[in-house]
Amino acid sequence: MFQGFRNDGHKKNEIHVAAMGLKLEGYPGSGTFAHGVHPPDHKKLSKDAAIRVMPTPEMVVLALHQNIGGPCDPMVKPRQTVQWGELIGKGSTFVSTTLHASVPGIVQRPVRVTLANGRHMDTLPIKTEGELPSGQDLWDEIFGGDWPTTGLNAYEPTQISRDINDAGLVGLGGAAFPTHVKITPGDKKPIHTLIVNGCECEPYLTSDYRLMVEAPVSIITGALLAGRSVGAERIVIGVEDNKMPAVAALKKATDGTGIQIAVVKTKYPQGSEKHLIQAVIKRQVPLGGLPSDVGVAISNVGTMAAVARAVIHKKPLTHRVISVTGGGIVNPSNVLAPIGVSFGALIDFCGGLTPGAARMVAGGPMMGFAFANPNTPVTKGTGGLTVMTRDEVNAGEETACVRCGKCVDVCPMNLVPTKIAMASRHQDIALSRRYNIMACFECGSCAYTCPAHIPLVQLIRVGKALVAAGGI
Amino acid sequence: MKPIDETRPTAPVIHVSPSPHLAQSTTSTRRMMVDVLVALVPVVAMSLFVFRGYALLQLAVCLSGSLAAELLFVKMRGRQSTLKDCSAIVTGIILAMSLPGTAPWYVGVIAAFVAVGIGKIIFGGLGMNLFNPAMVGRAFVMISFAGALAASGFEDVRSAVDAVSQATPMNAYKMNGVVTPLVHLFWGTTNGSLGETSALACLLGGLYLIIRRAASWEIPAGLLLAVLVIGGMADLAGPADGWTVLHHILGGSLLFGAFFIATDPVTSPLTPKGKFIFGLGTGTLIMVLRLFSGYPEGVMFAVLLMNALTPLINRWTIPTPFGGQ
Ligand code: SF4
Ligand code: SF4
Repeated sequence: MFQGFRNDGHKKNEIHVAAMGLKLEGYPGSGTFAHGVHPPDHKKLSKDAAIRVMPTPEMVVLALHQNIGGPCDPMVKPRQTVQWGELIGKGSTFVSTTLHASVPGIVQRPVRVTLANGRHMDTLPIKTEGELPSGQDLWDEIFGGDWPTTGLNAYEPTQISRDINDAGLVGLGGAAFPTHVKITPGDKKPIHTLIVNGCECEPYLTSDYRLMVEAPVSIITGALLAGRSVGAERIVIGVEDNKMPAVAALKKATDGTGIQIAVVKTKYPQGSEKHLIQAVIKRQVPLGGLPSDVGVAISNVGTMAAVARAVIHKKPLTHRVISVTGGGIVNPSNVLAPIGVSFGALIDFCGGLTPGAARMVAGGPMMGFAFANPNTPVTKGTGGLTVMTRDEVNAGEETACVRCGKCVDVCPMNLVPTKIAMASRHQDIALSRRYNIMACFECGSCAYTCPAHIPLVQLIRVGKALVAAGGI
Repeated sequence: MKPIDETRPTAPVIHVSPSPHLAQSTTSTRRMMVDVLVALVPVVAMSLFVFRGYALLQLAVCLSGSLAAELLFVKMRGRQSTLKDCSAIVTGIILAMSLPGTAPWYVGVIAAFVAVGIGKIIFGGLGMNLFNPAMVGRAFVMISFAGALAASGFEDVRSAVDAVSQATPMNAYKMNGVVTPLVHLFWGTTNGSLGETSALACLLGGLYLIIRRAASWEIPAGLLLAVLVIGGMADLAGPADGWTVLHHILGGSLLFGAFFIATDPVTSPLTPKGKFIFGLGTGTLIMVLRLFSGYPEGVMFAVLLMNALTPLINRWTIPTPFGGQ
């Protein structure tokens, strides 16, 4: 069935672009993918809130497994004093990475905590002791200063990849895949395009948006370095057309670098790797394949800024920008905070919870994880904390599936969610595989749309676990 | 963290639940049913206008019959009442609109009980049924009360209501070769089942359904395409007796069936492609029945037959996933 590139957003983009007084000739744009949904974006809560630097918390809790792939082996002992940025964990396998102290202090006894995603992890808690730059100084230390956009040929492609691993970088867009595995000179599969993902299609979240507006040059420097490492012929930054100020900032920063900006249609899940690739280069990543199968490396804007810092200043990833937003937060904000800070401390920094707060979600509302314990620590992949009120959650009562096919109409993977969910419910593994259950990436578009409020994603998740247990 | 303190009355209560944490506020099963009810307004209004008391009585009988049946059968199965989803009301009205106004009251009651009881509840309730409930009820009474519902069953020569004193256009043509003018078929000032006579009312309601996305466009499109093609070929090949493909489309229950019966989501396929195939199949069967069978009409049987094929169509039309070959 034809899945191709739909150009229906074109007109709207032109108007947006024209209204901004931008000339984007030569910039690929207005691409999109088939299906998907348009949830209310709720971004106005925090999109104009400039990034604030959080004061150093008294304590951070660093999980030894923050990424897809293998965990870290701890390199420090309890009661040991560590400096800010000191190596405290080393990757156990190739698909794994390093871990650094995000505050100076004293390592505490390891404890096991439950992360927001429900996994139980060993952690290294660090009690803060000693000095860490604060406020503007910390901002300048991390994002400030000059970021070169020329003369980057001095950095060797393999060295760039090694620096990235040494800095403990993972995809900051949420998936937390170790970055050095993607950003590395590929000998088997040549990479022609590096796509930098600035879509941030999850409702509410604005951390990437603020970073693009406030620190565009570091993103560009990182993208140039990453592009050099993978040997890409071109670099394209994909941004949704509801973020035109970010497009304007990036356009200024990319001047003379040859980096292109693709203004893509605002639609969920535009920030999914496969769907952004489809929108930008009009190719489909094969089922079960990787972006490299179509000659693409893809990484998030925040990751690119961290790459620049890792390669140029040889500084590890210790802080990240987190949106703390939603109707349940008194002062929705974008916060620069150390990895390992507790969600509760973030909430306190943003004025506390409103009386209507009903659900805390690590990440955005479509794919994020709800959790209840405010002591849960932030990990490298945490882009946001969305605290929603009961009205925002809008949970409807589950009724019977009326086979209306609306879930089919929105599934960006072109699946039949209702069939897969029912097959999972009846534990029919053969049927769920016939309907390609493993292609589902749990984006939530189907459950969002279902008029019968069937927990489709949850059912599919259970089914996937069954299939995986049955051995594929 | 200060604000979460369970002893204080204003303390927020935090719930944990799997993603997604947002739901579209504009969709619910009930709302879809309400859209169908709104779309039925022109059809019901036209039937009241043309058939007066006959229409009113049939509506009252079928509605109360299906509501009573829903209550009774759900209670018997020990389930929670499902009246809230409005589906019994929709079934009742569609059933009434598919029966002749002159049918005796007990026919309506039996049809409603069969529609809701056998057509829906014994399959497991809304969403589980294989066949369109209203059509199951109608088929049952059509066969059991053949006399009361055959060609002459539509007529009541003693009536003061104009429409009911004539033969239905489909019968008049099939039996006597009389061709009803297209204008009459369009406005609906003819005899027939209550909801089918006015092509205009069916079109208006149907368009509303499609714009509101309460029904998919693929089914009526496929159905009309098949009727156009087959009817067109029949026009070219058959006798020039004045009954054209346009008469086929505007006459009988074709448009009512295309927009209100074949589009029942529960009993039609899931994917757009499947829906289109379902429409094509229904249209083809309607024309085969109309042209070659002894019956003047074919919508009901065509829909029921295609309902039986729906699981197979679903199987044939499993879409290729994004990135698949
Ligand atoms: S959207 Fe919901 S009700 Fe409609 S077919 Fe899918 S699961 Fe069933
Ligand atoms: S089936 Fe999976 S991929 Fe498709 S909409 Fe649902 S969650 Fe997204």
